[in-house]
Amino acid sequence: MRVLLDIAMVLAVSAGAFFFLAGTVGLLRFPDSLTRLHALTKADNLGLGLVVLGLLPQADGYLAALKLVAVWLLAQLAGATVSQMIARTMRRGGQRA
Amino acid sequence: MSVALALDAGLALLVLCVAVWTIGAGPTFAAVVGFVAFGLLLALVWVRLAAVDVALTEAAIGSGVTGAVLIAAAARLRLTEAPSAAERPSATLRLAAVVLCVLVFAGLAGLVLYPANPAPTLAPAAAVHLPELDVGNAVTAVLLAYRSVDTLLEKVVLLLALVGVWSLAPDRFWGGAPGILRPARTDGALVLLGRLLPPIGIVVGVYILWVGAIAPGGAFQAGAILAAMWLLVMIAGLRDPPEIGHRWVRLLLVAGPAVFLAVGLAGFALPGGFLSYPAGHAKPLIIAIEAVLTLSIAVILGLLVAGPPERERRR
Amino acid sequence: MAEFLITAAGFILAMVALGLVRILRGPADADRMMSAQLLGTGGIAALLLLGAGTRMPSLVDAALTLALLAAFAAVAFVNSAGRG
Repeated sequence: MRVLLDIAMVLAVSAGAFFFLAGTVGLLRFPDSLTRLHALTKADNLGLGLVVLGLLPQADGYLAALKLVAVWLLAQLAGATVSQMIARTMRRGGQRA
Repeated sequence: MSVALALDAGLALLVLCVAVWTIGAGPTFAAVVGFVAFGLLLALVWVRLAAVDVALTEAAIGSGVTGAVLIAAAARLRLTEAPSAAERPSATLRLAAVVLCVLVFAGLAGLVLYPANPAPTLAPAAAVHLPELDVGNAVTAVLLAYRSVDTLLEKVVLLLALVGVWSLAPDRFWGGAPGILRPARTDGALVLLGRLLPPIGIVVGVYILWVGAIAPGGAFQAGAILAAMWLLVMIAGLRDPPEIGHRWVRLLLVAGPAVFLAVGLAGFALPGGFLSYPAGHAKPLIIAIEAVLTLSIAVILGLLVAGPPERERRR
Repeated sequence: MAEFLITAAGFILAMVALGLVRILRGPADADRMMSAQLLGTGGIAALLLLGAGTRMPSLVDAALTLALLAAFAAVAFVNSAGRG
């Protein structure tokens, strides 16, 4: 059982790290600001979700696990809303060198 | 090379690079962004140095609230950006700056590489009395029991800084409300954030204050989180900045240091010294002081970012 | 297991570093506004992994604080950049 949980954790955290890598590759390679914002928000948040999923089995008790989920939900809320705001500012021509 | 060492080395290098970039950044906005990034990375450094209280403070105040102050300052300085970018300091000035930096670096490097052996520390002596105070977090014990005079004076200094910011306004605006921080156009996403995030932030702030007795946390960090949430509400346009002449504003500002001072002066009567706590009552007193202090710090930091008053007081 | 978690944290920090290079260099203010979000998400992931790897549960509180303050910093950036 312990071994299974460990394997699950390694898989989930590795997948999360992979999505962070994907997000960074998108940041470096995409042509303009809006697409870069898209890569950053979507991929990095998914990576964070997978990391939290991987850390849930080894949390000390239900309360600690709940706290981890709360952190992820907060990051989701903040990330989604803030990316909308940034995108609107970009589209309204907030671009200044 | 162990993994942790590689992580620390990489982190140190990253922090250095961001710092150098921030100094050399051209536009003020870019420099402020670099500064906030530097602050958040520095919080990670503090975590690696096992100083989580300092990490919380750095993230909350060092980059969050200070970043907001710098952004507001950059906005006010927009007209001076072109002339100041055209300035070129003389060669002697640059040379003097380089020499000074090298000297400071050499001094710090010497202190770190050749510390006194054994390194002087009061940590064991500090840990001895923790059970009497019934406080589990040694940092809180130092801040509010062993060196509480320093903490009291820090809060007074914060108040004085706020008065200094207020004094930048013309006389006729004294007592009025600070300028509106709102964006030029109403943004639905911002209003949503201003409605959803502050309640969560208040819960987190109170939690950080409460847990500061036994784990990293405390009044300063909690106050900074509450200030950030209040500023978010004001930026989203859901509440106007208060007039600084209002009685409740003044009351909240002074309440923290006043309660602290009152407990301190009462220490003369009961246990016999300024800021000593009567035996057995240390923890409730510490918690009471911290709670009021958090409110005051939140209001002080929020008004510091809001800036000097820009309208006359409505009588 | 702890080594794996710390390695993952280091990897994510390396990704944040690479992303920072691109974002801070970006010619427009629009790009730089994203740095708060990059550091927020990456920093939270790194803190959670370090907390699990080094057995310091207080890092979850630090991650909570970072989430709130990164959102606040991003709002301040957007407010300033959109206004000018």
